[in-house]
Parts: sequence; structure tokens; C-alpha cells
Amino acid sequence: MDDATTNAPTAEITGAEILIRCLQEENVKFVFGYPGGAVLNIYDAIFSQDHFKHVLVRHEQAAVHAADAYSRATGSVGVALVTSGPGATNAVTGIATAYMDSIPLVVISGQVPTPAIGMDAFQEVDMVGITRPCVKHNFLVKDIRDIASTIKKAFYIASTGRPGPVVVDIPKDITAEKAEFIYPKSVEMRSYNPVLKGHTGQIKKAVNLILGAKRPMLYTGGGVVLGDAAAELAKLTRKLGFPITNTLMGLGGYPATDSQHLGMLGMHGTYEANMAMQDCDVLIAIGARFDDRVIGNPDHFFNKNRTIIHIDVDPSSISKRVKVDVPIVGHVQSVLAEMNELLDAEKTKPDANALKAWWAQIDAWRGRNCLGYDRNSAIIKPQYVVEKLWEATKGDAFVTSDVGQHQMWAAQYYKFDKPRRWLNSGGLGTMGVGLPYAMGAQLAFPDAQVACITGEGSIQMNIQELSTCKQFHIPIKIILLNNRYLGMVRQWQEFFYGNRYSESYMDSLPDFVKLAESYGHVGMNIENPADVEGALKEAFSPQLKERLVFMNFLTDQKENVFPMVPNGKGLSEMILAEEL
Amino acid sequence: MKHIISLLMENEAGALSRVAGLFSARAYNIESLTVAPTEDATLSRMTIVTSGSDEVIEQIIKQLNKLVDVVKVLDLNDGRYIERELMLVKVKATGALREEMKRMCDIFRGRIIDVADGSYTIELTGAGTKLDAFLEALDKSVILETVRTGASGIGRGDRILKI
Repeated sequence: MDDATTNAPTAEITGAEILIRCLQEENVKFVFGYPGGAVLNIYDAIFSQDHFKHVLVRHEQAAVHAADAYSRATGSVGVALVTSGPGATNAVTGIATAYMDSIPLVVISGQVPTPAIGMDAFQEVDMVGITRPCVKHNFLVKDIRDIASTIKKAFYIASTGRPGPVVVDIPKDITAEKAEFIYPKSVEMRSYNPVLKGHTGQIKKAVNLILGAKRPMLYTGGGVVLGDAAAELAKLTRKLGFPITNTLMGLGGYPATDSQHLGMLGMHGTYEANMAMQDCDVLIAIGARFDDRVIGNPDHFFNKNRTIIHIDVDPSSISKRVKVDVPIVGHVQSVLAEMNELLDAEKTKPDANALKAWWAQIDAWRGRNCLGYDRNSAIIKPQYVVEKLWEATKGDAFVTSDVGQHQMWAAQYYKFDKPRRWLNSGGLGTMGVGLPYAMGAQLAFPDAQVACITGEGSIQMNIQELSTCKQFHIPIKIILLNNRYLGMVRQWQEFFYGNRYSESYMDSLPDFVKLAESYGHVGMNIENPADVEGALKEAFSPQLKERLVFMNFLTDQKENVFPMVPNGKGLSEMILAEEL
Repeated sequence: MKHIISLLMENEAGALSRVAGLFSARAYNIESLTVAPTEDATLSRMTIVTSGSDEVIEQIIKQLNKLVDVVKVLDLNDGRYIERELMLVKVKATGALREEMKRMCDIFRGRIIDVADGSYTIELTGAGTKLDAFLEALDKSVILETVRTGASGIGRGDRILKI
């Protein structure tokens, strides 16, 4: 730790005040939180500061989700503050969600006073122990003199290398003690030195393979978005003329409306993306991790020979699920920039004839029109709502989703052209993130259009946040695709469990319009396909710009998500809608 | 295949549980794990004996390196190394066994460190396989109690794990 300070030592202030000063030093704009006994000193210090805005949520899980969304949308570290015990455990789902998607967060939890630790004190829980497997790192602050250096480290660890959440647990007595505030200027940790630049020799090797490819494929994930590498990726992709696919987490990393884009890949990926992934001869994986929802059955995936180049900031992501030929550990942005430079200087160009034949094959796959659906249906099709949402928002909204069928339809039919516009829980698959995610995005960008595409199951997992939206005037638009079923569960039960719809029917739903209105928001019921477009236009009209609009679309109960790679099947063994 | 992994980590509360937690969370084998501070009190040295395919061992090394508290990781099997483990065995030592146990102890270059009316306690150091061999050489019925430290390992010659 560097002893140099940004501030001259001041008079002694409380630990709580030190914490506030640290957040100020880190340029924190929003803290999402919920008060309680162990953090009362901190809240007292928040009362008399105006450096950041504290957003009072209605459940700690939502505080972490909103902070997570703030980070996804802006790229800065999200901050949440919760009390000890239940406050801390409520935050765990949010922390695990951020961990699985590598989102930089600093979560500050109160802890019982130091002498009470281990005494089964009121609202005591071993937060460091509970969160250990779902954080990048965590700290228990045991001395007031460590608060500043710990917070500095927390922000540094959260935001560098492969990002992730960091928990800082602070006992109550420490926030009441007094000490000088000295904020370290920089951090040095002998045990933590993330790799930045890729190995030039490896990058050269990759470039040679790329130039020799006959059936190349760019497979890009959340690392492109989180690593702010979309511009470098676009340059590389256009220069090479190669087909490109995004993972669920990578959507927006390359413009979805571009002709080189094959759509999302994976379990509910497009036919063309999955077929190209399976059939390519050189696969360039960029900030993606070959997870089980992406490559299907790994044995089937390796029935075909292909050379794999894998660029990732996290060495442990490489050769974890699949063996790769050219690993490149480094920051995606810097590796792609170096690759672009090498390609610019290169006389050899990609094999135009081979590419032409490859594109002809891809176009044939595209001809299957795998995302087609019944456009003449008398019942609202969920896909249609998402398409019309894309039109109504001119493809420029921040879109959050929850988890399930609606999430997949959002990913398939909303064409994301920009990174950081698509916010969803890809790794953990946490139902209930949609509403707090929309809050975080809207607070970060007050003038932007923010839509939360959700289902009637998911929205009820954090519906209490409608109250937060009222208090802080957060004018998000909720697009509820209401099919009265836990749709994805129902779909699996239909396909793999003999139509036994065990506990997947959602009975006794509230009147969502009245519910929205009871919180002072605008509610709409939309039951006819003919009304979809008009309702969306109205919701996003200037008249309702300042209002939260809760749109309850009654959609087709039987609609399923296609294409689908059944569990255990290979990537090219998709079920298509047309085949049923 | 069996691997001995040595690592240096910050000597901080909870550091051990981060390593132990990693092994259980990712379902890696753990045969033994020993840890103690080094001559530099801020650092702990840990020796982990594990087994797995080359891919699994590669992941274990990467995941250990990823832990923020871990300073350095070395797979001792990547080169020449020495492995030592300490074992204390309490054996029956009555009648003819008194002489027999003494002889076995000498053969394995152990030391009797406690003598009681009916038992000896034998101290034995060596590679894990040597300790196994000693236990196998004894009749099961004479073994009253066994305690092993788990392996510690160090590279031979110039192979030094230090910061």
C-alpha cells in the first residue's frame, strides 16, 4: 500500500465518516441500500453528506441487483450497503448473481460489534464465511485504521482483471471509533497482479491461424462488453469479413443488425449461429467461456475438428471446459487492438474464395428462418411484443430481463446494437433481477428509455421495488409477458416430462394494473395483438416519459422458445419450431 | 495422478478456508493439506496433496492462483522435489511384541519416543509411501493409534519457492 495520500491528514473522524469519505474518493454517485442496527453509524454519516445519492430499496437483494445494473450500464463499480444478519444474507443472491457475470461491485455489510462476534449476537451472521464462494474477495475490517486501505483495495480488486463483487464487512464499533482519514493513492498487492497485455507471440500465432481459416467463426461473450472492447471487435470483424455470434452475455458487443452477425448462439441460439459454431474450422473465442448453455454436449462439440483460439482475461477460463489450441491471456480490448495492428501490417488477406463458400453455407442455414413465428395469431405472441418494443424504442433502449422464456425472447428479438444495453442474469439465472436492474440503469441514465421485459413469475420476486420507483421517480417501462405459467419450466415439462405441469401454473395473480396504480404508477392491460404497437408507443411517448408504466401483455400460454438444444444434445441437434 | 502443490499465501485470518473452500466447491480431491507460517511471518506456506487428470491439475493451479490471498503456486511434480511426512504410531508392545516393535522401528529408521507398560509410540518421517509401507508391515491388530501430518514438500536444489 502506498503511503502517499490524496488528502492531508485531517482531524480525527469516525469510522463511518471515513467510509463516506472513501466512497467520495472513489467518485461513487449512488449507494443502494437499506439501514439497520449494525449500520446506524454509517447511515448517520450519510445523513449529513451530499456526495452520493442513497437509494433506499425495499429488500436488500434489490439493492445489490440495482448496484449491479448500475455497473453493467455504466462500467463503474456499483455500491450497495446492507446491515448485518438478514440484511447481509438477503444480499447474497445479488452478490452471487454479480459474481457469475463478473460484475464489479463493492458491497458493504454491517457486522455486530467486534466483541460480540462469535457470540451468536442479535443479527449476527458470518458474512465473510457465507459469501466466500461467491465473491472475488472479501474482507472483515478489524481496525478503524484499516477502513480506508480496505475500501481502496476493494474497489481495485472489484474493477481490475476479471471483475467481480467484493464484500467489506465492518463491525459496528469500528464505525463509531475515531481516527485520521488517510486515503491511499494507489494499491500494490504482492498477491494480486492481474494480467493486462496478451502475449505477443501468441497473438501472432492467432493471426496466422485466422488468415489461414476456411470456415472461421468469431464467438464473443460478456468479456467484450465488460472489457469495453466493442469498437476493437467491430474493427476486427469488419476487416476480416468473418461471421460473428454473441453469447447471451455478449449481446450488444457487436451490432445485431449488422449482416455479419448471426444472432445469439447456444441453447436458444439461432440455427445459423449454432451450425456455424459446430462446423467452423477456426474458432476465435473472445471473452467467452464455453459454458454448458453455449456449447451443448461437449463430446458432440468435439466430433468436429477445429482449431480454437481463446482470448480471456482470466487464465482459469481457458481450457476449463474445452481444450484450446492458442490461449491468449489478457485484457480483451488490448489483445484485439494488437491483433488489429498486426492484421493491418499483414500482406496476406483472408481467403476470399473460402469465405465466399462459407457465407453461402451460412446463408443457406439462415434460410431456415429459425426465429419465424405465427404473425397472424389471434393471441398476442411474446416475440411480437419484443419486436414492437424494439421498434417503439428505435432499438436504443436499455433492456433488462428476468429469467425464463421472456429472457430468451428478449435476447432473440431485441436487436442490440450497442454494448451495456442488455442487462440480464446470464450465469446465475436469478429470477427477480429485472425490476431492480431497470432501476439501476434508469438512475444511471435518467433520460434514457429503460424497459424491463419480465414474466409474471419473475416480476413477483422483487415486485416490492415498485415502491422504490415511486419514491425516487424512476420512470421505467415494465413489459410483462404474462402467460400465466412459469413458461420455461412449463416448456421443459412439455418436452421432457410428459406434459405433467407440476407447479408451473401461476394461479391467483394480482390485478397488475391496479397494483401498479396503487403505487402511483400507470398500468395497462393489453389483450389483443392489434393493441400491442399502440400501447407501446403510448408508454414510450413524451406524455408518459416521467411515469413508470406497467404493461401487462396477456400472451399465448403455449408458446415455446425455439430453436432449442435439448439438455445433453449437441449444438447442431436443435429442435426448430417448424419441426413440431 | 498424484500431485504435490506448494503455495505461499498471505498469513491472514480465513486464508486457509479460502483454499479449503475452493477444493470442496469445485469438487477437487484433497488428500492432505498442511499449513504453517514461514520465516516471514506475513506468509504462510501450504502443501496440498491432490490427484486428478492433467486438465484438473491445471485448473487447480489456475484457481489457486486466482485467489486474491495467494502469492505464489508451484506444482512440485513439474520438477525434482523432496516430500516428507511425519507420523506418530502407537503400537502394542507386550511380551514378544516389545522386541518385535523395536526391530520394525529400527528397520524403518523410526524412533521410539514414548514407552509405556503396554505400548510404544513410534515417530517416523519420510515420503508418504514409506509411512504407508511401515503401516502395512505391521499387523493391524498391533496398531493402537496413528496420526500423520500430511506431506510437506520442497523442490530440490535451485527450485526455490519464495517471493
